Amino acid sequence: MTAGEVTGRAVPARPSPEEGQDGLLVVDQLVKRYPKRPTNAVDGLSFTVRRGELFGLLGPNGAGKTTTIGVLTTRVRPTGGRALVDGVDVVRDPVQAKRRLAVVPQRANLDRSLSARQNLLFHAAYFGMPAAERERRADELLAELGLADRGADKVDRLSGGQSQRLMIARALIHEPQVLFLDEPTTGLDPQARLFVWDRLRDLRARGVTMVLTTHDMDEAAELADRVGIMDHGRLLALDTPAALTASVPGSSTLEAGVHLGADGDGARSALVTALGDLPGVERCERVEAGPGGAGADGEHTTLRLYASADTASLVVPVAQTLAAHGAALADVRLGRPTLEDVFIGLTGRALR
Amino acid sequence: MATVGAPSAAPPAVSQSASRAFLAILGRDLFVTGRELPAFLAQVVVQPFFLVFVFGRLLADLGFAAPGYADLLLPGVIALTVVLTALQGTALPLVIEFSFTKEIEDRLLAPLPVAMVAVEKMVFAAMRALVAGAVMFPVGWLVLGHVSLRTDRLYLLVLFGVLGALAGAGMGLTLGTLVQPNRINIIFTLVLTPLLFTGCSQYPWPSLDRVPWFKILTLANPLTYVSEGLRSAMVPQVHHMPTAVAAGLLAVSVVVFALTGMRGFMRRAID
Repeated sequence: MTAGEVTGRAVPARPSPEEGQDGLLVVDQLVKRYPKRPTNAVDGLSFTVRRGELFGLLGPNGAGKTTTIGVLTTRVRPTGGRALVDGVDVVRDPVQAKRRLAVVPQRANLDRSLSARQNLLFHAAYFGMPAAERERRADELLAELGLADRGADKVDRLSGGQSQRLMIARALIHEPQVLFLDEPTTGLDPQARLFVWDRLRDLRARGVTMVLTTHDMDEAAELADRVGIMDHGRLLALDTPAALTASVPGSSTLEAGVHLGADGDGARSALVTALGDLPGVERCERVEAGPGGAGADGEHTTLRLYASADTASLVVPVAQTLAAHGAALADVRLGRPTLEDVFIGLTGRALR
Repeated sequence: MATVGAPSAAPPAVSQSASRAFLAILGRDLFVTGRELPAFLAQVVVQPFFLVFVFGRLLADLGFAAPGYADLLLPGVIALTVVLTALQGTALPLVIEFSFTKEIEDRLLAPLPVAMVAVEKMVFAAMRALVAGAVMFPVGWLVLGHVSLRTDRLYLLVLFGVLGALAGAGMGLTLGTLVQPNRINIIFTLVLTPLLFTGCSQYPWPSLDRVPWFKILTLANPLTYVSEGLRSAMVPQVHHMPTAVAAGLLAVSVVVFALTGMRGFMRRAID
């Protein structure tokens, strides 16, 4: 898979990344330095989000993701650079920018004096939506986000997942051009998280442009069309999740449990050499047996192959090579590189 | 216009969207307060009621206060009610919304300039304060048996009421955005009590001639100008501060506190 190639899930409503080079959201050399801090929270960040795209910003806590969202949503004044939402400069014309964007914040900030439905109605009123349309949209969105029966409830009676969904509904009611989601599933239980993911997939299928920050590599890999990997206020890499993981050298693995026909180190090293020479394989090594492990137990051994590309296609050549050496394949485990591996490759440390 | 299928409505001008958003946010505040109006009124009237009852009625009945005292006390207590209700109406909600519930974020992201959100807070707090002040008239009448009002000076009543409410709202905005949230309890006690007693609500300003240092000190409290202004409107026969001076200095207080409050608000609202 080549860099920039996109998996076949695009729907006709969404232009492919190759079209529309003029992005809906343009971030250009953005810098934010807070007073009395030695380093920049955001340090020369540039990227473009296309219409209909779900763009992920992945990075550890403190990478500058929330500050970036703050600048893009007019809540943080940048020290340098600029950001355009649908052509509107967020610093020069914050009111017009706010008409075009919506935010689902990291922490619940719902209006606690109001019911769930009233939260939507008043938010729509702030954006000048006529009363009849407000009512209609509020009911539609409550139903769509699985809150139809909670409309009359005070917001402090909603669960964490329900609050999150209500904030998504609130963000959508004024029909923004771009929706910013700051760590939308942090702190949710797994079930609530999956429900929010499903709703975000629905929105993406409908062509809603979204910018999502997360420190969760699964979330970025599952949802985002493209992922920007951030650390220390800078963008380290930017591509589709597939292209990013494909860029990690040799981290696709195939682990093969092998019954050796002939015993002895000679046969084993001949096998390792033969497997390492297979096309697409970068190297092959024997997995060291742990204490009491079965790695090199008599005639059974485990071999690990590192490949630059898809390891599934290696299963047949591996089996054939083993047969040619009088050995047999006992079991196979495929390891795929994750965005975590990408992050480790770029920074030398783990995401969390 | 030529684009087929493009949305027909052009985006409204900033001023139009801002004024609509402003009114909608004000509407939200009125809706929420309207639902709890009796509780709100009870809360703001209880302290002034006791002030009027004990100092205006009880002490006079017992012979400790001069018979005319209630007449000059009531305008002072109305002034106090207006200023403190406005002050609390901006200070407390701001501390809570900025620091704890973050509720204000939804309004900061509404399509209007952030400074207008601060103005809305002040306007709404002033409206609440004027309602509280208005309720003090029937309360005063019930407790004292009469209320001294001059129809020819009603405009002064309105002028000082409105300016006093705005000054209080500005003071609250300043306090609510400058004070550390975890100190708000201490600051409230340290600020409210002196405000309560240095604002000439229980004594006319000219009568302080015998305590010159205190007379000067009271000038630092905008409540002094509201108390004196309302006396000028309701009981002009009582010796009071020149009306124009009180109005002028009160207007200055409104501008100063509104500006410092808005500065504090902007500082909290935008990093």
